[in-house]
Amino acid sequence: MTTAAPHRELGLTDAEYERIVELLEREPNRLELAVFSLMWSEHCGYKHSKKLLRTLPTDGPFELMGPGENAGVVDVGDDLALAFKVESHNHPSAVEPFQGAATGVGGILRDVFAVGARPIAVLDSLRFGELESPRSRYLFDGAVGGIGHYGNSIGVPTVGGEVYFEGPYEHNCLVNAMCLGIAPRERLIRSAAAGEGNRLVLLGARTGRDGIGGASVLASAELDEDGGDKRPSVQIGDPFEEKKLLECCLELLERGSLRSLQDLGAAGLSSSTSEMASKGEVGIDVDVARVPLREEGMEPFEIMISESQERMLCVVEPERLPEVMDVCERWEVRATDIGEVTAGRSLRVFDGEDLVGDMPVEALVDDCPLYDLEPEEPSEPVYPDPPARLQAGASHEEALLALLGSPNVASKRFVHEQYDSIVGSRTVRRPQAADAAVLTLGPDGGTGAIAVSIDGNGRRVGCDPYTGAAEAVLECARNLACVGADPLGLTNCLNFGNPEKPHIAWQLVRSVEGIREACLALGVPVVGGNVSLYNEGVEGPIYPTPIVGMVGGLPDPAVAPGCGFLEEGHAIALVGPFAPSLQGSELEKLRGSLSSGLPRVDLSLHADALIALRRAVREGTVASAHDVSEGGLACALAECCIAGGIGARVDLSAVSEDPEAALFGEGPGGVVVAGPRRAVESIEGAVVLGEAGGEALELATPAGSLGIEVVRAREVFERAIPDRLS
Amino acid sequence: MRFGVIRFPGSCDEIDALEACRRFGDAELLWHGDSELHGVDAVVVPGGFSYGDYLRVGAIARFSPVMEAVNEFALAGGPVLGICNGFQVLCEAGLLPGALLPNAGLRFVCRQVELEVVNAETPFTRACDGDDRLSIPVKHTTGCYYAPEEALDELEANGQVVLRYAEGHNPNGSLREIAGVCNRQKNVMGLMPHPEHAVDPLTGSADGGRLFESLAAHVRELAPAAA
Repeated sequence: MTTAAPHRELGLTDAEYERIVELLEREPNRLELAVFSLMWSEHCGYKHSKKLLRTLPTDGPFELMGPGENAGVVDVGDDLALAFKVESHNHPSAVEPFQGAATGVGGILRDVFAVGARPIAVLDSLRFGELESPRSRYLFDGAVGGIGHYGNSIGVPTVGGEVYFEGPYEHNCLVNAMCLGIAPRERLIRSAAAGEGNRLVLLGARTGRDGIGGASVLASAELDEDGGDKRPSVQIGDPFEEKKLLECCLELLERGSLRSLQDLGAAGLSSSTSEMASKGEVGIDVDVARVPLREEGMEPFEIMISESQERMLCVVEPERLPEVMDVCERWEVRATDIGEVTAGRSLRVFDGEDLVGDMPVEALVDDCPLYDLEPEEPSEPVYPDPPARLQAGASHEEALLALLGSPNVASKRFVHEQYDSIVGSRTVRRPQAADAAVLTLGPDGGTGAIAVSIDGNGRRVGCDPYTGAAEAVLECARNLACVGADPLGLTNCLNFGNPEKPHIAWQLVRSVEGIREACLALGVPVVGGNVSLYNEGVEGPIYPTPIVGMVGGLPDPAVAPGCGFLEEGHAIALVGPFAPSLQGSELEKLRGSLSSGLPRVDLSLHADALIALRRAVREGTVASAHDVSEGGLACALAECCIAGGIGARVDLSAVSEDPEAALFGEGPGGVVVAGPRRAVESIEGAVVLGEAGGEALELATPAGSLGIEVVRAREVFERAIPDRLS
Repeated sequence: MRFGVIRFPGSCDEIDALEACRRFGDAELLWHGDSELHGVDAVVVPGGFSYGDYLRVGAIARFSPVMEAVNEFALAGGPVLGICNGFQVLCEAGLLPGALLPNAGLRFVCRQVELEVVNAETPFTRACDGDDRLSIPVKHTTGCYYAPEEALDELEANGQVVLRYAEGHNPNGSLREIAGVCNRQKNVMGLMPHPEHAVDPLTGSADGGRLFESLAAHVRELAPAAA
């Protein structure tokens, strides 16, 4: 075979091709080869990650649907179910940030309403290179605009998220979007096709050549320098079409008109039909001649693999077809009967009368080869040191200002003000007002509320994949505890480099171990997620970036504390097992170095501390709570002062013998709480450090004290990102 | 007393508006393709992106069958409140003076703002006092209120400027800090801030409720029997 062999062009190895021939007992035709190449791509087949993902704990007391469905679902009481999932749209966003990010939101919304849930919130997790770089500014601005465009237009609030700027994301930005949806339990629907003779109905937009091979081919290869050539394969989003599709699907489910529902994502009709058939242990016949097209002359294989957005596929009993068509007409949603469920266990593709493809469903879905990783701990540092931005002899005051002005720590108002965070009338704690977003379930007939947080500091995972990934899980849980929420379930998106390289495989394996151990310690199941591999640019891999999204429940949203100090005279205390270290800290980054390894974390100690914190918050003991993360305790305290518009006098001598570690050291476990002194003192393990008041943050350490006016701190904190963009 | 809230394809805030109305009266959704208002006493044109707003904002919605009915209703003196996209639609329909231009910052902006009640004598603000400040969120890309200078003078002289952004709170560059205006007859009002998102302290503020409360009181006074 020559290198021009079609299967290689499509990313299949010779061995994989031979396996396909063996499974079909003949050579595949062009359509079949195209379908196999996508179903067996990393994006659809998870061939380098599936074995690893199987090690994650997936069972929990509140779980209703786990991995394998369009989204994970947990029980939130009052017969309500909460669906949620995080997914990546990294490579499309690196090629065209606005549409890449917008369609990322569109895709994750469809995953959630595909299980019958109304989307009620979006969060996003973004990574770019440093803002000094024009390319990073372009990608950042475009991605934020795209997320806002789609979410705002469709009427789903974007309630939270995070963004970091680090050199290794320069060429390969990350755009992960998470969506939450709520449904009455009885409206939940699965994607498994069922019932021989039932009709297959395609809903939504016409099918075009846009996005052919887009997500799947792009997501399964490293980015090279001429990413521009791939621009035609990025999909274009139409939130108006999706809004109609969403309302139409929910009405159809409300009426009980559908047997099953599936969104069309990567690999379009190929993956949706084969996955529905696989889960239902049936076959599907599909006629591409009936698919409404956007342009003339599309080949059957193009119709099968097109990734045109805003489409859903459903299975309908023949007698309910007229009713389905009526609802679709009312919503001005295109609905076309394109095929039927068969008993045959094959995916058969017709072009009118002609059979143009015939593939066993099992071969497409279950026989996708799975590879063992060959992890090897790197002996040399994988990443270069970041550029130094803080001079060696800088004072503590200068360091604090540099940290507050570092885009990783600074206010993300520029981002969240571009998102509608309030539509739906559920948002009790808006972005940056508290450590987790809090949403009341009142509009849904619920008595309580949910909280949600998304986290993942890739640089720390780069320092130590096991501990860094475990810390991401802990940070999510800690953010939830800060608003009094009990974790119900977790979704993750594993963003890594090329897993065929041993050091990347090692990062991946160790990170998944860290997530696993932390989930077990906290008793939180992983109910769904996504994997994005091959995130490498010309200068090397991204930081290993497992993004963790966690949802929790709380009985009374009215007592969920914000992060800002509320009243003069409130006592300020540190709670939780906090052992600050400069390893992997933002200060270390500003000084131009990157540690290897992070301090070990005792997971059960952290799990216990979170229970105590949550109890105190729910009892209304604390007026504010904010976890210590990037920039350490000094930055956490400054953020509490800025949010509350009140100063504070605090003595950090009890925190660490090393003044620098006490001020700027990082590590999991620390939470700054404030409230009436007696109440705060009653919290298990609380160490009172000082009190709120005045117009400045004054910090005492054994090495001396430092002070900074709150207005000055706010100026630096708020201006950091806008100033770098203008 | 019954409110009708219009639902266009692409409306986003119609359910929030419906629930806000229900705190002060009965309320139902009105479908865009329906040319009947089903006897409602007041109409709310809600926020969102009607028909995707792919043309100029509000430009397509004004041609929908339901807007013909709204036009007749308004000309007959029926109260009509347009919020955000609804404000844009009412301007496009010629029921309100002026136009909404892209924000001065050219970006979508979502933020809680303070409003001053300029005219507390309208059917939409009668539950407010003249010196009240209302805390209500905005969220839009095209909210910069514009009208020619003479027209603005006239609006002010006629008491048609109903709400202004308080000092330092103008999020979009609106001329003369105008956040909400009404027609000369004072039965049609539009505003960019979202009162329907400010009806419960739990989600930020209850100040927006005063607009719905005012409307309900107005209708009940006009037709006590219907109340």
